[in-house]
Amino acid sequence: MKKTGAIIFIFFSFQYVTAQTAVVKFDRLEELMNSKSDKIQVINFWATWCAPCVKELPLFEKLNAEKKSNIQVTLINLDFADKVKKVDAFVAKKNIESKVLLLDEIDYNAWIDKVDESWGGAIPATLVINPKNGKRKFVERELQEGELQKFLAEVE
Amino acid sequence: MKQTKLTVLLALSLVLLFAGRTPKYEVGDTVAEFKLKNVDGKQVALSDYISSKGVIVIFDCNTCPYSKAYNDRIQALSKNYAPKGFPLIAINANSPEISPGDSFEEMVAVAKRKNYDFPYLVDETQQVAKAFGASNTPHVFVLQRDGKDFKVAYIGAIDNNTRDEASADKKYVEQAVDALLAGKSVPTSKTKAIGCGIKWKNV
Repeated sequence: MKKTGAIIFIFFSFQYVTAQTAVVKFDRLEELMNSKSDKIQVINFWATWCAPCVKELPLFEKLNAEKKSNIQVTLINLDFADKVKKVDAFVAKKNIESKVLLLDEIDYNAWIDKVDESWGGAIPATLVINPKNGKRKFVERELQEGELQKFLAEVE
Repeated sequence: MKQTKLTVLLALSLVLLFAGRTPKYEVGDTVAEFKLKNVDGKQVALSDYISSKGVIVIFDCNTCPYSKAYNDRIQALSKNYAPKGFPLIAINANSPEISPGDSFEEMVAVAKRKNYDFPYLVDETQQVAKAFGASNTPHVFVLQRDGKDFKVAYIGAIDNNTRDEASADKKYVEQAVDALLAGKSVPTSKTKAIGCGIKWKNV
């Protein structure tokens, strides 16, 4: 019994360590948006409390799992920074493998227009940028199956 | 007399045309009349507020974490500004099919539990939210009365810190209403806010 307890403890602590979400400021997001890499940046804005966001996450996970050399998926989490443990637990429970960054910038009006001027502020929202030709696509709604692929083709 | 009627009709159709062309209000626009059911079962219309200096309209709901975070501040806005001539109206446009916690019954329960001293209206057809161009909850529209009209004076967030009221150093709505009360122009008339998207009906 004691052994089981220890195993469970190790299991959970391991999961916790692997799922730790980095809490970042806007400059980190800016780096992604201005990336000079060859990779197309797929950036999704989401939160654990946002049902349509959670619903569309598998689309990003699927794209990330394809491990295409020319695509980088980043999930920008907008939960409050004091809820980072909740985000960690969520990421662990859903086995999310894409890179998750918690953006700790509560003064939304200081940065939201820099992501896209058309952004009204609702999530989910998705930004696809091709650094090679500067093409970008921004949408402020839940995505359907196949739409990400369409956006990727649009910025090619 | 006939001519007056004609003019009114013409003006109305122009307003309608205008409303048809612009899908949402911008600062300075005149807001069209609306009438919605309150949690007490009675209808509340914008024109009921003809004797006020303006109205603070907030698209809100029961379930969104941002709405919850702002709930005390929304109640405080009502307490502070209703006596000064700017009463508050909260409107929930979320589809109860998509968000069951935002049903009319749940609205009644929340208003009762929180002792709302302001109307909490249900926008069942979502037409009012669409006319305003409301996208999030909470999404604020400060309206200033100008004769028989209500004009949009501020659109956006309540303040610049959803998580922590004490750390908010830009109280957009307070600043807007204070400015209007002082006869000054609104310092920041438009902001954006991350929030829960309004749960539109599936069409």
